[in-house]
Amino acid sequence: MSLDSFSFFALAVATEDGGDGFLLLQIIGVICGILGLIFFLGSAVGMVRFPDFYTRMHAAGKGDTLSTMLMLGGFGLVTMDDLSVGSWLLLIKILGVVLFIYLTTPTSSHALMRAAFEDDEMPMTEDDLKKSKKRGKKKR
Amino acid sequence: MIAEWFAIVMGTSLFVLMVPVIYRICIGPTGFDRILGVNVIGTKTAVLLVIIGTLYGRVEMFVDFALTYALLNFVAAIIVSRYLNRTISLKEMEAREKSKEGSKT
Repeated sequence: MSLDSFSFFALAVATEDGGDGFLLLQIIGVICGILGLIFFLGSAVGMVRFPDFYTRMHAAGKGDTLSTMLMLGGFGLVTMDDLSVGSWLLLIKILGVVLFIYLTTPTSSHALMRAAFEDDEMPMTEDDLKKSKKRGKKKR
Repeated sequence: MIAEWFAIVMGTSLFVLMVPVIYRICIGPTGFDRILGVNVIGTKTAVLLVIIGTLYGRVEMFVDFALTYALLNFVAAIIVSRYLNRTISLKEMEAREKSKEGSKT
């Protein structure tokens, strides 16, 4: 049922667009971009809310990498509106940026984490959490 | 048509979502938090450059800018992490090892 309705949707989109189906490609790109925005929302909230440097790095590294890759890939699909050499070259360039970010963002987070650990930046433990809770109760 | 509206909406929401990261850069307790936020914002600026290229209709030019910006951002993060990395001398390391052994026995 769902597959049938999806193929009908694709057919309707293709006939509306003159039969070449680039509108479907653009819709896939828009969905990718919105997914990337959701991941970046999670990353931003994690960077504000988390209590510790390492947890913040966890939020920033993962959300940042995946959201950037999804958004750039979505833009590569959205801007592709014909099959000429220029637009293929543009798509390959954008995929090159995606590959570059896929390689470099985890590397830089790893280097920062290592630098922080060698600089004696201690991760938050359960005792710190208990202390902060006690302090909060005393204040109240 | 779709591409322009998508670019406008995505650019605006990216700017709005950068505000919490800028807050973390301003109040970050350590320097590492700050450079982490700068790294995140730099990566997102590469996306914003592609969006601006879509709005101006010259994406093939702005993609090169985005690649350059991502490269500079990576190099900056690596250099700052090397700079903040506190290296200890060999004598200090030996002293630490001796104190560890002494505390064990």
